[in-house]
Amino acid sequence: MENNNYILKMDKISKRFPGVQALDDVDFYLKQGEVHALLGENGAGKSTLMNVLNGIHKRDTGTIKFQDQEVVFNNPSEAQKAGLAIIHQELELIPYLTVAENIFLGREPKKGVFVDYKTLNQRAVDILDKLGVKINPKATLNTLNIGSQQMVEIAKAVSQNAEILVMDEPTSSLTQQEIDILFNLINRLKKQGISIIYISHRLEEVFEICDRVTVLRDGKNAGQSVVSQTKRSELIKMMVGREIGERFPTLDKNIGEELLKVENLKVPGKIEKVNFTLHRGEVIGIAGLMGAGRTELAKSLFGVFKPTEGQITYKGEKLELTSPKEAIQKGIYYLSEDRKGEGLVTILSVQDNITLSILREILNLKIFINSQTEKETALKYIKDLNIKTPSEKQLVKNLSGGNQQKVVVSKVLSTNPEIIIMDDPTRGIDVGAKQEIYEIIKDLTKEKVGIILISSELPEVINMSHQIIVLHEKTMKGMINSAQATQQNIMELATGGGKSG
Amino acid sequence: MADNIMKDRLLYFADKFKSAIGLIILVIVLSFLSDYFFTVNNLLNIIRQVSIIAIMAFGMTFVILTGGIDLSVGSLLAVSAAVTAGLIINVGIFYLLVIPIGMLIGILLGGFSGLMVAKAKMPAFIVTLGMMTIARGLTLIYTDGRPISGFNEDFRFIGAGHIGGIPVPVIIMLIILFICYITLKKTPYGRYVYAIGGNEEAAKLSGINVDRIKMSVYALSGLLSAISGIILASRLNSAQPTAGSGYELDAIATVVLGGTSLSGGQGGVIGTIIGALIIGVLNNGLNLLNVSSFYQQVAKGAVILIAVYIDRRSKAVE
Repeated sequence: MENNNYILKMDKISKRFPGVQALDDVDFYLKQGEVHALLGENGAGKSTLMNVLNGIHKRDTGTIKFQDQEVVFNNPSEAQKAGLAIIHQELELIPYLTVAENIFLGREPKKGVFVDYKTLNQRAVDILDKLGVKINPKATLNTLNIGSQQMVEIAKAVSQNAEILVMDEPTSSLTQQEIDILFNLINRLKKQGISIIYISHRLEEVFEICDRVTVLRDGKNAGQSVVSQTKRSELIKMMVGREIGERFPTLDKNIGEELLKVENLKVPGKIEKVNFTLHRGEVIGIAGLMGAGRTELAKSLFGVFKPTEGQITYKGEKLELTSPKEAIQKGIYYLSEDRKGEGLVTILSVQDNITLSILREILNLKIFINSQTEKETALKYIKDLNIKTPSEKQLVKNLSGGNQQKVVVSKVLSTNPEIIIMDDPTRGIDVGAKQEIYEIIKDLTKEKVGIILISSELPEVINMSHQIIVLHEKTMKGMINSAQATQQNIMELATGGGKSG
Repeated sequence: MADNIMKDRLLYFADKFKSAIGLIILVIVLSFLSDYFFTVNNLLNIIRQVSIIAIMAFGMTFVILTGGIDLSVGSLLAVSAAVTAGLIINVGIFYLLVIPIGMLIGILLGGFSGLMVAKAKMPAFIVTLGMMTIARGLTLIYTDGRPISGFNEDFRFIGAGHIGGIPVPVIIMLIILFICYITLKKTPYGRYVYAIGGNEEAAKLSGINVDRIKMSVYALSGLLSAISGIILASRLNSAQPTAGSGYELDAIATVVLGGTSLSGGQGGVIGTIIGALIIGVLNNGLNLLNVSSFYQQVAKGAVILIAVYIDRRSKAVE
């Protein structure tokens, strides 16, 4: 069914920030009732475009037509009133209020000066039913899992009569089951005539749920097409501006001597029954759903959580870590899944972040940081890892996600670790940067570094590991050789099926 | 394009040096309004007057850079000064032996606050509020509520003497400023202070002993408060039980005026000395212009609000 009813037309949008042309003559057209993917590498201008749309940023040039009316939103609440809602990656709900209170926050039905809870809860039920979502409106928000919280956020938007919903990486913290529910909901919204702008890095999802796609690159339009008539490789080419060959490099099958042996490890409430041996030059993948204990396992090996049972043997000696500091000194480094929360000091410079863990090794007179060595170290990694930054003095917060991740990786590499625990190292970064991270992993195995690779993406674990540990509900459910691993047999274990041990 | 880059640079420059620009404008305006203002004597006088608050504010800068706050500085000043005075005057111990004891008291009480903040994970505001009250109480107990007065000339030299025409407190302040600046800019310790204020969790996972650094900044703040106390007692020839009341707010205002962010991770001691000078110049100028001290309070508060407003505005643009 051809439909040429455009609900939103953004024409020739340009926006400049100090030092960077964030958007350059960008066009973006959204049809009524479609799911439209907005793709691009980190820093391509997707967020800026959305922020121009909802009034956070003022555009320099260009026009926005919403339902054929030219509009200027001065702030997000004006945009919201007009019918535009954005579901952010970080949800904007109040954890200690109930579901119903959150949905109608600021618009509560009243009896006199008091909130009319009966009507409030009834209206919440109506909205949730309309969306086909089963959530108790009286439940306190923080008792719900992330997936359900997201449904509440969507319900809130729908209750405000949103015509356009922008979803920014909506699946980044959802389990597969929750993703299925979300996609059902998206289809339902579509049928109700709501238009959706879908921002994601996961191309699989674009093919599954989206009708059309617009790709941005370096702040410019890089292409626009109908999803069903587009190949995956074409999309990637539009995003990165070049052909990307095979997605995963081939790991060397030869591995070295034993490096780390974990026996019957247990941290109460976090993780238990973990057994594995990591060799030099080996990558052990860790798969499991959100909340399966992946990060907890990683942090138990890094001195953050202290095991109460079991034994860790590192280079032939018993290992009992008391702090991350000690782990790093012994050659074990943990690369956090939460880049901004735990990986980087974003208000410091690229150089300050890269050298943060080795400052005590580059001293003059045993007191002062050797600024020459420091700068050389930073420049070396900027060059080696191809970090796109105007200079080593640039603040990390001004870099794109992929480049930020490379800064964290540089910090890790600067300590010359023997074991690196990488927690979802490619989360939320673009295709090109992903490829570079895979190459780094391969190079590290050649240098006989042992790697523990936690990942939410099954193809990544399968292709970038020698062995795969599968976790389920904070317990190790099994270990699969990557040659035998398939998405099916991993998911089987990860969802609690299969045999234990 | 080139114009844009020039504009970016100019904005960056203006943003980075806005406290200094504010100070210079203030000095120029007051030079026109008062003949006496821009004389060597008066300028030295201003710097001497701000020395005591500046020294405390340097310690406060470290604490605020880690994302904390120290409300106890005024009371720590008083208790250190009182004990120092008591040991010199009442007990009769040689002053050079007593000064380290006074400093140690500052370190210990400050360090105790630090321990509560770092290890017991209590909010810095509450911990140092408690310490503020405890230290003030200890001062009153020790002095029995009466000033301890009457130092010899040697001790009085610290607060009232001159070396080569420059007041001794100014020299001490400049030495401390230099050490603090070098520590923040050139040593791993300084970098860790910024990193903790910027992102404590990332700092910890980067192998930094966060607890130890956090403890140490409160100990440092205590030490610098004690030094301020000793200078003040020497200058007034008396340790007052109520000395330093309200100084904590002056010190915080000074740090904020100097552009250090209350949320931590951004700023430094050069800004703090400029902040101290802005307050000093303002007080001095208004005195010379015969403005009543009641109005001066209003002016001081207004300057702080304007400074923070400008800072907010420039951050909102980012």
